[in-house]
Amino acid sequence: MTQPGAPTLPDGLVVILKRECATCVMVVPVLGQLAATVYTQDDPTFPDGIASIHDADLSVSWHYDIEAVPTLINVVGGVEVDRTIGWVRSEWQRITGIDDLGEELPAFRPGCGSLSVDPDRVDSLRAAFGGNVLKSRRLELADLDDEMELMFERGFTDGLPVVPPTEERVLRMLQGTTRDPHEIVAIVPPDLVEVTIEKIAINAVMAGCKPEYLPWVIAALEAVCTDAFNIHGVLATTMPVGPVIVCNGPGTRAIGMNSEGNALGQGNRANLTIGRAVQLIVRNVGGGRPGEVDRATHGNPGKLSFCFAEREHDSPFNSLAVSRGFEPTDNTVTVFAGEGPRCIVDQKARTAQELATVFAACLRTLHSPKLILAFDAILILGPEHARVVAEAGWDRETLLAEIHSRLQIPGSELVWGAGGMADGIPPHLHDATLPKFRPDGILLVHAGGGAGLFSAMVGGWANGEMGSQPVTRRVTS
Amino acid sequence: MTRVLLDPSSEQSVPHRERLVRPSVMTGQVVGLLDISKPRGDVFLDQLELLLTKAGAKVLRFKKPTFTKPAPVDLRQEIATQCTLVIEALAD
Repeated sequence: MTQPGAPTLPDGLVVILKRECATCVMVVPVLGQLAATVYTQDDPTFPDGIASIHDADLSVSWHYDIEAVPTLINVVGGVEVDRTIGWVRSEWQRITGIDDLGEELPAFRPGCGSLSVDPDRVDSLRAAFGGNVLKSRRLELADLDDEMELMFERGFTDGLPVVPPTEERVLRMLQGTTRDPHEIVAIVPPDLVEVTIEKIAINAVMAGCKPEYLPWVIAALEAVCTDAFNIHGVLATTMPVGPVIVCNGPGTRAIGMNSEGNALGQGNRANLTIGRAVQLIVRNVGGGRPGEVDRATHGNPGKLSFCFAEREHDSPFNSLAVSRGFEPTDNTVTVFAGEGPRCIVDQKARTAQELATVFAACLRTLHSPKLILAFDAILILGPEHARVVAEAGWDRETLLAEIHSRLQIPGSELVWGAGGMADGIPPHLHDATLPKFRPDGILLVHAGGGAGLFSAMVGGWANGEMGSQPVTRRVTS
Repeated sequence: MTRVLLDPSSEQSVPHRERLVRPSVMTGQVVGLLDISKPRGDVFLDQLELLLTKAGAKVLRFKKPTFTKPAPVDLRQEIATQCTLVIEALAD
């Protein structure tokens, strides 16, 4: 493959070598039989006695995707038509058309890594030769500028230091996706700005992401920028909610996400930086900043990042994503407008019925024991609680049905003033029985460490079409 | 060597707009009252309507479908073409 802007290779045979490669040294005798253009990566005097061109800046090697040396290329009319890597005698004979080429050499010797893919050099090469794909404005630092402080001064951070987004780092981040850096992914509220893969990558660098996290950031951003999720409202509300991101699928383990002990806490890079990147994009691209469109009265620490994986490998239930119509093999993100998590403690319950009762009692209090139907919730079932539920033979649907059945509340407990609390529902509903949640208003997720008879719950924000709805998106490379 | 970072922002700047001069009299003004659909916003707007009408203004009432989302473009256009002033009711 040839990269855009590649220097032209001469027609005929081209060989790329370096002295520090034993296989390259081995093939020198056969070069004398070839009318080849020889490029040397390291030592300009190599090969001894044969004219060579020093690929000093590795421009040829980088643009022609030389992964190993020696590489033999056949060029016809300025176009590469054939290539072999390392020393494979039969291949060299075929490409050169010399039937007895290298008969005195072994049939096969692997090559060595090209300097153009040396991990210590590849980022700077990508910036030097591929940097012009990046369209974002360059911020030049003066000699005395502290790059960390500059990011604070420009208002680009969430209050914590960010990784400075150099061209090298952003280009490396873009290796995490096959999508074009200039592709527009979403329109980001509140300023309704088109966001490109490149801008996402810049903010993902700042958040501390690895390139393999980038597809997850992109999917989560696409999800929060839907009309259904309504990030504008989630920002603008005075309630303490932000995007809670639940990740599903085998890819969560591949990128090292934590679904087990402390899954909702600190310590895991993927969990923390994926959620942080999404929030940085909403801030920096969308213009959603606290004190401006973000009008939260208190906020919550999860607005820095609240992202975790479901513990699927030993879950007694199907996953959240599967329950929402996806395949177990799909990698997905589900975004939910949620507050911080609260712990549900029950260390005595040994039956599913008892647990359903305590879950219902705790969920009843979300936002206020007297507010109903307006808010959804995530119930994060700890593995020890899940075991008790599973031993009863209950599946996801049964558990949720049992919880809902315990949350049918007499209107007399909910009307304005009842229980000494002013808020609630109008008095004409005094004799009605009303549910705390709408039928699909509890999202069940299995996560947490193996020890601890605890679960957790996350209260939502104004739900349904008039507020925010959970959105699940497939993660694609 | 010059150090260079990439701008993570939208690279847009918001144009500054001066506020309109406050009208000295309400007579002849068409005032749009936008109910954002928060509970009891209508109570507040009803009182404003009384006061504004008494002061000589013509009052038109508008309502957002939901307080959680920005007013639809059509609604904003309607207000802009029909009114000389607009008051938006916030909060519960």
